Amino acid sequence: MSATTHALAAPTAQLAAEGASEHRPLIITLFSLFVVITLAVTVWAGRRTKDATDFYAGGRQFSGFQNGLAISGDYMSAASFLGIAGAIALSGYDGFLYSIGFLVAWLVALLLVAEPLRNSGRYTMGDVLAYRMRQRPVRTAAGVSTIIVSIFYLLAQMVGAGALVALLLGITGETGKNLIVVFVGIIMILYVTIGGMKGTTWVQMIKACLLIGGTVIITVLVFHKFNWNLSTLLGAAAENSGKGAAFLEPGLKYGATATSKIDFLSLGIALVLGTAGLPHILIRFYTVPTAKAARKSVNWAIGIIGVFYLMTIALGFGAAALLTPKTITDSNAAGNTAAPLLAQEIGGGADSTGGAVLLAMISAVAFATILAVVAGLTLASSSSFAHDLYANVIRKGQATEKEEVKAARVSAVIIGAVAIGLGIFAGKLNVAGLVALAFAVAASANLPTLLYSLFWKRFTTTGALWSIYGGLVSSVLLVFFSPVVTGKETSMFPGVDFAWFPLENPGLISIPLGFLLGWVGSLLSRDEAAGGKKYAELEIRSMTGLGAH
Amino acid sequence: MDTAPEHAPSGPPDGRDYTDVQNSAEFGELRSRYRTFVFPLTVAFIVWYLLYVLLSNYAGGFMGTKVAGNLNVAFVLGLAQFVTTFLIAWWYSRFAAAKLDPKAHALKTRLEAEDLSRTTGAGIGHQADPRDEDKGELAGQEDDA
Repeated sequence: MSATTHALAAPTAQLAAEGASEHRPLIITLFSLFVVITLAVTVWAGRRTKDATDFYAGGRQFSGFQNGLAISGDYMSAASFLGIAGAIALSGYDGFLYSIGFLVAWLVALLLVAEPLRNSGRYTMGDVLAYRMRQRPVRTAAGVSTIIVSIFYLLAQMVGAGALVALLLGITGETGKNLIVVFVGIIMILYVTIGGMKGTTWVQMIKACLLIGGTVIITVLVFHKFNWNLSTLLGAAAENSGKGAAFLEPGLKYGATATSKIDFLSLGIALVLGTAGLPHILIRFYTVPTAKAARKSVNWAIGIIGVFYLMTIALGFGAAALLTPKTITDSNAAGNTAAPLLAQEIGGGADSTGGAVLLAMISAVAFATILAVVAGLTLASSSSFAHDLYANVIRKGQATEKEEVKAARVSAVIIGAVAIGLGIFAGKLNVAGLVALAFAVAASANLPTLLYSLFWKRFTTTGALWSIYGGLVSSVLLVFFSPVVTGKETSMFPGVDFAWFPLENPGLISIPLGFLLGWVGSLLSRDEAAGGKKYAELEIRSMTGLGAH
Repeated sequence: MDTAPEHAPSGPPDGRDYTDVQNSAEFGELRSRYRTFVFPLTVAFIVWYLLYVLLSNYAGGFMGTKVAGNLNVAFVLGLAQFVTTFLIAWWYSRFAAAKLDPKAHALKTRLEAEDLSRTTGAGIGHQADPRDEDKGELAGQEDDA
């Protein structure tokens, strides 16, 4: 996701998409329709949210299919939809590499994480990480890590939302953009505080259907144009791109230097291991009644997300074949508007009604996508704040359920406000570093502890703390000293240079370090409870579902 | 679960020690079935994925070889990653439904019955569904669990 989101915040993104502004009324109408319908659903769900289980886990009443759809909605951010399509349109095959990492990652979740987590946890990732351990330190670590991962991911989406929405609506002024960030933030806070997990899950399902529907329409139209022949489509894309056969081979984007190749490897590892450590994905497994339903929901998600990523081939190569590279880059330097532009072209062109309708539809889908993803992230971090930090650490387990849910609602407002503030303040930051950081931190800090907790008897509280904090600190520091932050034109602070770490993604170093620290920390410490009775209990529960909530 | 404060360490209310179950042959078999299936499979798909990333990085010539029309090796391998992901998901689910679920369910049912007979003080052989029995007390326990 990192490189694909790269340009969501690029300065050139301020150029308005040609034609987009003419269709503004239609785009706004469709988008408003989405907001009104989803808010109505949220209010409806909010009326049915009575206790903490409703708020955190949607009452655990969703079916495997419903949750699979919602997971897909949570996972397919604007970065995958617009970013990957744009990356393929401009860099050909290298853009497609992202889709694969994002999909394969789901197998880690399916085979190792989803079912044990559903069986032994209750509301948050921290429930499982702290199960065998001394509660307060590990809960604190899990809460901190959840909030940091979610905020980075959230910030990336908010910055992207500002740039993208402004672009699609043809708004270029700073004030207009900031208003949009505030607007997105307020809707998201409403979804979470009113609807809780129930409302948010329904929003994700609606969004996933819209996104898949829109993508299917474009895909069918593109393939129809090329006589349903993939080879013809690819040939036309290669020729029209001006790069010939190289457009269909790896290396256009990441093959430049030895460092960029290693960076790509690092990114690939972070992507494949990061997904199963993303808190906003993990808490979705609590919305179904059983581990079997959790398995079913991952299977649905793999199917839906897989088909969606396959369709990015049609979106990306279709855009490359039907639009000139100049048209794409003039609208947005990194190609983020390639998908809407393709929709307009394939609908009959800029002056046709078909073109206008399709463009408006795809743009509205993009807005819906951003809104739903930020709502999911806000819910994950406010749940962890209320359940891990407030109820179990600050109140030492003495908070009532009502107080806990209230704390979750209040923290959703605070986190939403922080995200709005950061989104405005960080309007020009490089989104790439932020999303890559979220994946790398999740893979370095969360995944080792999750796996060790579930599968390694000898794991201790010290090991868990070393792993979480070690993975967290190393990944954040390495990014801080990388070209993402300083030293390059595309850096957050291009004027300064203290980048001694050459890679943009820290995963190659910080993920093995997270695993290593968890192992060494455990060997150097003793924790009878963690390996004895508590582990027996966790293992029996995680494997059989005994006593599952 | 009205106002019951959640004391963080969850677990059986009476502090039941599950180490005997953990060491039992029945559970050992469930665990080993699960682990011998998923661990090698996880290593395999990660190696296969990394191989694909490394080939993309360092074997450009090979990846660019045309296979059919404009489809080259890189495309075929990329699509193969999709196919293997779908297949592994399907294979694991079929395996879990056939080999893991029945065993896990049997063990869970037995342990629930044991817990019940112990907590209600009833003798051995008390096999009623825990949920029908003494709802108030059990509801409370589930909150702690």
